[in-house]
Amino acid sequence: MPSADLTTPASPPAPAALFAALGDTTRLALIQRLSGGAGQSISRLGEGLPMSRQAIRKHLSVLEDAGLVGARASGREMLYALRREPIEQARACLDDIAQQWDVLLQRLKLEVEQKE
Amino acid sequence: MTDMIIRSIEIAAPVEKVWDALMDYKKFGEWFRVKLDQPFELGKPSTGHMTYPGYEDFAWTARIVAIDPMTRFAYEWPATGGDKALMKSSVPEWTLVEFILEPLPDGTKITVTESGFDKVPEPRRSNVLRSNSGGWTQQMENIRTYAER
Repeated sequence: MPSADLTTPASPPAPAALFAALGDTTRLALIQRLSGGAGQSISRLGEGLPMSRQAIRKHLSVLEDAGLVGARASGREMLYALRREPIEQARACLDDIAQQWDVLLQRLKLEVEQKE
Repeated sequence: MTDMIIRSIEIAAPVEKVWDALMDYKKFGEWFRVKLDQPFELGKPSTGHMTYPGYEDFAWTARIVAIDPMTRFAYEWPATGGDKALMKSSVPEWTLVEFILEPLPDGTKITVTESGFDKVPEPRRSNVLRSNSGGWTQQMENIRTYAER
């Protein structure tokens, strides 16, 4: 299990793991619920979701392993919160590749239009 | 979809012309800066090497997965991330590149999607494509200079 400290990720998460963790509707729903900012408990996160506490905990641990979510103890409960940097890192990665395609498409455009 | 890139551009030329720039392996090579060894053929591998100065020893490898005339051209290529040893031995993760053409009243809209990044481990993932073509910032400059001339 990764560190339960919100401030120190166990290791820098790899985008590949991020994307795999995000590729699930329940986990995306959890991310959405967490995006409010403040730490939330499992029971709070599970409200209205048709699944057990156990199942929610399992999904949260996948998100934790990917570095997307951090947990800390608050009294008797664990509070879960979103980490921003890995999401931004993943987006930066895709933006970079997308920009490269922009360049290629621009060149294709120039090439074709020039010979029009 | 988080693991997919979608980009598009409008080109002031008919679909036939754009399709030709994709399908004619020599023309493809001009704008993609790659010297291909053979024409594209459905289900067949495509081989060659990059022609961008300084990157001539970078290999091009792809598998052609779709050729739907005037509509769609798709290939898969390995996510080698610029690792030459991997280029020789190949890698298990391939991403899918698709070009979709749509006719417009005064030209063609071309959309490229690349997907499958979720399965590619770092650090290769960040280097995918960039390493295939190299020097992107420089290339941006080249295009700007060329376009403004």
